[in-house]
Amino acid sequence: MTISIRRVSKQFARYPALDDVSLDIRDGELLALLGPSGSGKTTLLRVTAGLEFPNEGSVLFEDEDVTYASAADRRCGFVFQQYALFKHMTLAKNISFGLDVRKAKDRPDKAEIARRVDELLKLVELDGLGKRFPSQLSGGQRQRVALARALAVNPRVLLLDEPFGALDATVRKSLRKELRRIHDATGVTTIFVTHDQEEALELADRVAILNLGKIEQVGTPDEVQDNPASAFVAGFVGEASRFDGEVKGGKFIAPFGQLPAEGVADGKAQAFIRPHDFRLLKTGPLQVHTDRVVVQGPLARLEGKTEDGQRIDAVFARENAEALRGDVRLAVKRAHVFPA
Amino acid sequence: MSARKPTEDPLWLKVVVLTLVFAFLGLFLVLPLVTVFFEALRRGVAPALEAIREPDALAAIRLTLLTAAIAVPFNVLFGVCAAWAIAKHHFKGKAFLITLIDLPFSVSPVVAGLIYVLVFGLQGWFGPWLQEHDIKIIFAVPGIVLATIFVTFPFVARQLIPLMQEQGVSEEEAAVSMGASGPVTFWRVTAPNIKLGLLYGVLLCNARAMGEFGAVSVVSGHIRGLTNTMPLHIEILFNEYQFVASFAVALLLCLLAIVTLVLKASLEALQPAHQRLAH
Repeated sequence: MTISIRRVSKQFARYPALDDVSLDIRDGELLALLGPSGSGKTTLLRVTAGLEFPNEGSVLFEDEDVTYASAADRRCGFVFQQYALFKHMTLAKNISFGLDVRKAKDRPDKAEIARRVDELLKLVELDGLGKRFPSQLSGGQRQRVALARALAVNPRVLLLDEPFGALDATVRKSLRKELRRIHDATGVTTIFVTHDQEEALELADRVAILNLGKIEQVGTPDEVQDNPASAFVAGFVGEASRFDGEVKGGKFIAPFGQLPAEGVADGKAQAFIRPHDFRLLKTGPLQVHTDRVVVQGPLARLEGKTEDGQRIDAVFARENAEALRGDVRLAVKRAHVFPA
Repeated sequence: MSARKPTEDPLWLKVVVLTLVFAFLGLFLVLPLVTVFFEALRRGVAPALEAIREPDALAAIRLTLLTAAIAVPFNVLFGVCAAWAIAKHHFKGKAFLITLIDLPFSVSPVVAGLIYVLVFGLQGWFGPWLQEHDIKIIFAVPGIVLATIFVTFPFVARQLIPLMQEQGVSEEEAAVSMGASGPVTFWRVTAPNIKLGLLYGVLLCNARAMGEFGAVSVVSGHIRGLTNTMPLHIEILFNEYQFVASFAVALLLCLLAIVTLVLKASLEALQPAHQRLAH
């Protein structure tokens, strides 16, 4: 199902959580809402679910306006940050809740519900644990139950709020793959909120980056990394070394030389250079003093400073590790320049 | 060497603290209870039973149970509604409502009783109207019930508000997002989560409803066999130097309280372990 968020604004007591946000979600895609805390990403998710009503704007499921429809009528599967499992119910009862509460005429019979519960437990790899209670599960298992429960009602869209936030790194990685697998298996349109860019970039088909209640950019993980639309995106997604300087006639002028900056208006500007956009070059314009060289798998990372104290993070192939020690000269392959 | 844990207090401190606690409990709780038993049964079981079987005593017991039977359900209804509204919803005047709920705790029960006399009494605001329609509130059962409700007002709500606030709204939101209606969400999600707190509130409320003296004393009029509750009956007997009789009724009141507490403890013990963990 496609979802259209049209010019939605949401004001909480003091601050605007969403400020004129528009976003189109495609049928069957896995979309990440990425942003720092307070960027409005959770509010956008809750507006979509019907757990908050916007002050302005509208939310459309296909062509149907659901802006002020109740959460109960929207058929969204929602996975909460702390899972919000029903403590007093078994896993099976948790999962079947959405079916159990249907009106008698729409409710599948008992055998059908039991079959569906088994099927979902299998999908999230918890077969046979239906009689357990949530307090008897690990964090990762609770997360899987929450997912199964949200899927039980055949939701039109699956919404996840920081789904892996409370888990340790290993479990998080495996559950990420799991979510991708379940998404691909069910084909349900899925939106998840995260502040972890690695999670967003690895898992999502497209990423929407939010800051201060506005969407800064929407694009595939490659697009937002390689063509950031704003200084915020360039700084927030992926690592970058930052340079302050000035743009004059389509050129960014920094102490160490010039970089192309087509289409950027004249004036003060910032250049963002990705770690992999540096090149080792004996005649390079950038004189860097190396503080540390860290070897990580196939890569050698350089942490250093320029002559005027500007921090530099650069990545090279591992075989360059020795050549990086001491002072090096670098050239810049590519930079993202934005007005400051 | 010593098997003391690093966070454990030294032995002498434990002894002092525990002695203090038990000394206080003994002096202020156990001793009075024992006295009640002792005084009631001073001349044996027969006179004590006689005092309870006496018609005025029976009337007092009936009235006390009737009052509790009306006041407790009313306060459960009010308490759950108030706690639900305060803990799960945002609205203006919430802080004011919380303060208001506490009012009966901060106002002297005697004042509470006087308020009802001033409102519903013969010289009160509604006095003439009530008399015209032949409705008696003050110096009658309705006044006693009203005063009891007022005094026991905060028990259930006070018990539930922090509990429900701590639990937050995400389980309810989860239920609604799965298509559950408001009432279904309440019965299937909220109610099981507040069961124990509610039970505790009900028991406290009940204990106070049966034991309330001050407010009831003002509105009752002390008409024997008609508007005397157990605490009032005890006082009258005591003032008439009928010590055995007064302590016998007091003993019954104590037993009611003890039954309530035992009931609470056993209901708690009946809770399956996995649910107790969650609380």
